[in-house]
Amino acid sequence: MRKILWLGVVGAVLAAEASQGALARPLSVVNYGGTLADAQQSAFVTPFQSSSGIEVTASSYSGEQAKVKAMVDGHQVSWDVVEVESTDVGRGCDSGMYERIDWAKVTDAAALDKAAKTRCGVGLFAWGNVFAYNTKLTKTPPKNWVDFWDTKNFPGKRGMRKSARGNLEFALMADGVAPGDVYKVLATPAGVDRAFKKLDELRPNIQWWDAGAQPAQFLVSGDVALSTAFSGRIITAQKNGQPLDIVWNGAIADYDYWVIPKGSPMKDDAMKFINYTIGANQQAAYLALQPGGPVNSQALAKMSPEQLKNLPNTPEHAKADLVNDRVFWDEHGDDLDQRFAAWAAR
Amino acid sequence: MTNPSSSARPGASLALDTVRAQGAKRSPPLLRVRRSSGDVRGALLLIAPLAAFMLVFFLVPVVMLMSRAVWDPVVTIAFPQTAQALGSWNGEGLPRPDAFSAAAADIVAADLAGTLGEAAARLNQDMPGMRQLLLRTRSHLDGAADDDGTPGADDKARQRDEQAVETELVAFDGRWGDAATWQVLANDVQPLTLVYLLRALDHERTPDGAIVPLPRDEGVYLSILGRTFWISAVVTVLVTLLGYPLSYWLTQLPKRRQRAVLMAVLIPFWTSILVRIAAWMVVLPRAGLVNRLATSLHLIGTPLELLYDRTGVIISMVHILIPFMVLPLFAVMSGIPSSYQRAAISLGSHPFEAFWRVYAPQTAPGVAAGALLVFISALGYYVAPALLGGAGDQMLSYYIAYYTNTTINWGLAAALSVLLLAATALLFMVYRMVAARRPVASVEA
Repeated sequence: MRKILWLGVVGAVLAAEASQGALARPLSVVNYGGTLADAQQSAFVTPFQSSSGIEVTASSYSGEQAKVKAMVDGHQVSWDVVEVESTDVGRGCDSGMYERIDWAKVTDAAALDKAAKTRCGVGLFAWGNVFAYNTKLTKTPPKNWVDFWDTKNFPGKRGMRKSARGNLEFALMADGVAPGDVYKVLATPAGVDRAFKKLDELRPNIQWWDAGAQPAQFLVSGDVALSTAFSGRIITAQKNGQPLDIVWNGAIADYDYWVIPKGSPMKDDAMKFINYTIGANQQAAYLALQPGGPVNSQALAKMSPEQLKNLPNTPEHAKADLVNDRVFWDEHGDDLDQRFAAWAAR
Repeated sequence: MTNPSSSARPGASLALDTVRAQGAKRSPPLLRVRRSSGDVRGALLLIAPLAAFMLVFFLVPVVMLMSRAVWDPVVTIAFPQTAQALGSWNGEGLPRPDAFSAAAADIVAADLAGTLGEAAARLNQDMPGMRQLLLRTRSHLDGAADDDGTPGADDKARQRDEQAVETELVAFDGRWGDAATWQVLANDVQPLTLVYLLRALDHERTPDGAIVPLPRDEGVYLSILGRTFWISAVVTVLVTLLGYPLSYWLTQLPKRRQRAVLMAVLIPFWTSILVRIAAWMVVLPRAGLVNRLATSLHLIGTPLELLYDRTGVIISMVHILIPFMVLPLFAVMSGIPSSYQRAAISLGSHPFEAFWRVYAPQTAPGVAAGALLVFISALGYYVAPALLGGAGDQMLSYYIAYYTNTTINWGLAAALSVLLLAATALLFMVYRMVAARRPVASVEA
């Protein structure tokens, strides 16, 4: 009798192992790396693992959706939750690369910003697309995009990201278009021409960057006088004692999103993880480490005045800001990207 | 991306080949067809494993990738009913109403299946604004214009009356009432396409089928191809000018020191390209080693722009590619007996003339092999320009990588690869023709 029982126990253990074996991999979360990854590790991954018992491995990538597409097309999806930019969230969704979000299953849906809710992506945090300068090297603080274009009073190179997004909006603001009208103007062919003409003025002085960490390096080393930048990176550099400052005037607030690659075998766990990260407490904990704006409005109450100063969407910043128009870029991105790539290649 | 370790072997064998070619009278470099007198079948068996390996892991994937340049069925997959409905349309005026309802049904179905995005991107290549039109029509048909939440009524469009769909679509967006929109759709539901190849050649097709050059500010790839060849040519010339004296000096050294210097050439050759480029990124900036040294020696007043500039790209590429010149050249040069030159001098020739007329022609196969190797390697460079160059210094590989990884436009990436491959093959053919016409001037001649 005891022998049979013992055999039964062994059999059950083996069966359990075998059935888990097929799926037994940790939930794979992929983000943009750097300080962002560190912040996510301590604010999301570690506490989620201990509270839910779901094992999570976080890794980094540099945003190329080609990897996601290759996984989805090859039906070998080994990433379950991926951080993407607003650029990709609509485009990838239309191309069938991501799972649709069932908004009934999102616990904090009501508290989320409207811009944070899309068909395939759940907002993660807001950041500002701004410009910054070195306070030691640039004595008079520049105030707006007109100053950014003014190479007489602010001599030196300009760091800019090599992409149409952002630069076209900045160019129009430098050309005197009010933030609220930027996307209206940019939707017309004449407006696009106007933006490119304004960019032409700056062309000889542009030094391109493509990784988020570069602007701060360029500014500290004095390679460029002014540089567009992601607000969070500059604030982190300030915390590390670098003499940098941000010009919030004319900033573009944008979001990063979580998506679930289509065909992920761990969709439910992925959704649990996403739900966890947009909770008010986790948002506050995350943004204490990675400066930015919360997607969950309830997190605002849990943030320090120091943090609130650096939001891309505070009332005082909002007056002169605009929010990235994701729908506009979904519709016009192909044409504008193509024209920009050709413009930059010359 | 170039991988130095994998290129090392062809380099060495090319060099050996040229050394052997030395002996043969009137044989142009790289061209000698050696006739096998042995057992052909045995030879075939010996190369069979490599041939199979090349076929499976190299040729087939390359051909599959390149075929994407002309074969792109995304629109066919997303618009099956429209394809059928447009089959009988002659391309003039508007199609019959059933095409409208088919298109509406396809848009909704493709959206649910996740194939609409890619099809829209492809159509947008042929007609700017098509993406916007399709996405807006989708939201309109879904009744879910706010874009959050699940798409609404599934097959609403199919239940509508055909005529009503036509009226509705045209009323929603006037472009549906434009024959050009339908011509683009009818063209693109064919999986065989020229759009990517045309774009790689700076041309486009108008909705009515004519092929016209792109506007000046949009067509850039031919000038980028020209730039790619130009940078490669400049690098090849510089590498030859630097590599020739170095190799010559190397052959004149005693064996022991020769080995030491050869090591000095080879150690950077074995170092990862990324590491070497990272080193240049430390050396070249405004506040970097070169500029600081030059400023402190009062050679220059203001720091030079070496990084994010073509100068930096060329400096680093020359540095990376020098071993590809030195190795074949050294192999050829060490096979030339110094007695020839001495004999010429003893017969009354000026030492320089002896060098130029007796020695230099014998090294020509080595120069040719090295230059060809350097030039063709340089054509595919990606990392050095991407990290050290500005926007105006990027070579064709950069755009292939850009369209592969960033915008996921694999058709255009494949078309640009085809362009680069074809241009290289053409150049190689021209080279062979020139080389065949002008046999190596040899001492015996």
